[in-house]
Amino acid sequence: MSERISVAKTYKLYVGGAFPRSESGRVYPVADSRGTFLANAALASRKDARDAVVAARKAFAGWSAATAYNRGQVLYRVAELLEGRREQFVAEVSAAEGAQTRRAQSIVDAAIDRWVWYAGWTDKLAAVLGSANPVAGPYFCFTTPEPTGVVAVLAPQRSSLLGLVSAVAPVIATGNTCVVVASQDRPLPAITLSEVLATSDVPGGVVNVLTGRTAELAPWLAAHADVNALDLTGAPEAQRVELERAAAGTVKRVLRTPTTEPDWSAQPDLGRLRAFVEAKTVWHPVGV
Amino acid sequence: MAAPSTTSSAASPDTPGTGPLPPALTDAVRDEASLRRFLFGLPGVDQVGVEQRAAGLATRSIKKAAKLWAIDTAISMVDLTTLEGADTPGKVRSLCAKARRPDPDYPDVPRVAAVCVYPDLVETAVAELAGTGVGVASVATAFPSGRANRRVKLADTELAVRAGATEVDMVIDRGAFLSGRYGQVFEEIQAVKAACVREHGPDAHLKVILETGELATYDNVRRASWLALLAGGDFIKTSTGKVSPAATLPVTHVMLQAVHDWHRLTGQLRGVKPAGGIRTTKDAVRYLVAVHEVAGPEWLSPHLFRFGASSLLNDLLMQRRTQLEGHYSGPDYVTVD
Repeated sequence: MSERISVAKTYKLYVGGAFPRSESGRVYPVADSRGTFLANAALASRKDARDAVVAARKAFAGWSAATAYNRGQVLYRVAELLEGRREQFVAEVSAAEGAQTRRAQSIVDAAIDRWVWYAGWTDKLAAVLGSANPVAGPYFCFTTPEPTGVVAVLAPQRSSLLGLVSAVAPVIATGNTCVVVASQDRPLPAITLSEVLATSDVPGGVVNVLTGRTAELAPWLAAHADVNALDLTGAPEAQRVELERAAAGTVKRVLRTPTTEPDWSAQPDLGRLRAFVEAKTVWHPVGV
Repeated sequence: MAAPSTTSSAASPDTPGTGPLPPALTDAVRDEASLRRFLFGLPGVDQVGVEQRAAGLATRSIKKAAKLWAIDTAISMVDLTTLEGADTPGKVRSLCAKARRPDPDYPDVPRVAAVCVYPDLVETAVAELAGTGVGVASVATAFPSGRANRRVKLADTELAVRAGATEVDMVIDRGAFLSGRYGQVFEEIQAVKAACVREHGPDAHLKVILETGELATYDNVRRASWLALLAGGDFIKTSTGKVSPAATLPVTHVMLQAVHDWHRLTGQLRGVKPAGGIRTTKDAVRYLVAVHEVAGPEWLSPHLFRFGASSLLNDLLMQRRTQLEGHYSGPDYVTVD
């Protein structure tokens, strides 16, 4: 009996809840840590980035208006689905990062726990980042965190799942929508995450995943007038200044991160949740 | 698509619809029976063919300078429309401000062709647009259904013309057309055309809305187009925007063929206006390609081709900024109407 030939995959993008091919029709080969061919991923163009921003903007009204409690439920449900795909994630992380199975398992577990951690923050953040301000007048004065808008996330290049989850989950937990440029050489866990999101209750367009060359897509997202914030985590070092300058053209929030990736397994703080919220202050007359 | 160096300026109404018709067409309008004979003698539309050709032309890629030219041309062809029950004089005034200067950051953006409103708001629009060269189009004749007595329809038209509308968008009686009473539809268009006459000053241009979404077949669209052209419509317009499907490329194709053939037979230039459902620059450019290829380059002018649209203008302005500024623009940078 002849040996079975495995099905080689050509993955697509995740934009607006659908899986379109790149507008350019381009793909690029993805190899594992030893250089063995794994699959083809779509090589997104600037027009795919533009379409993704349109999808993210369209989804923003609904997602940001959902109650914090509801967003928490939806995100927790994603964690359940991640758990169901655990074996696949372990295999992909192991191939991408060259980790032993046991280490890959602990990475995937940490990623799922991270997702749950951020899901829990959705309805608690207003109490921590918001405040009731004492004012010199007969008013109640409140400050509450509001989502910034559409966030372009340049996902970490090395940590293909835990880093990705640590970057994306805080962005959407606060009610933003995002366009994620996945790790250039290790995009498969991000693609699988998009498959998870597509079958979850997260509305289409809240997370849009582009695969391709970060250096090619980042300048277009940084300069895009309809993007409100930029996460530079996975940006190439040489390009960072240029990206910040482009982002300043439309006064984007920019999350600067060290060029060397942090240890993602360490317990995070509120930094990433705080990075993409705006403080809204409301004055309300005290009733008589 | 070649980019003509100059776009003809607004306001040169070379009043089409005048002059003697060739014998074949005078014969067609003699009575109802010959009208019917003429309309049924028109060649049938090859549905697969026209859809394929429309889809084929839609794949043309227009880039760089040609795209910028196409965007400016499309802006100058827009009939900026608001036809909602909730329209207020304030909303019409802000729409007129946008028509006069679509993008305040770029004064070189051309003005739109006209503002299209309900008859009761014509006066407001006329006052706002006086001296700008931007036309005021009014829908009339019991828009959008057309279900009213002819006297009501004519009074509707006369009031709009008296209020200062430079263009009248009438709807045909689809019920009469679909039940084969072509003579009735024909007479009604002629009567409305007569009501567009102004004693002092130029006549109002008549656009005849066929509401192609309700006509069911391309053959019907072709017949209705010829019927409207025979009755003296200056423009044929696809839809009211209240019925889905509204304007589509194949339907516009059939109508462009009709005005092209009309020009060949009579020497008169008549216009086409797709309306409804055209929201993006990409769509608009596809229509311009179809105009160039099916009707001819001389139709690439606001006198002979218009877009009935409201949200299209914002997308055109955003695309224009993208072309000029080198990065994508967003809805925060154009006025929201």
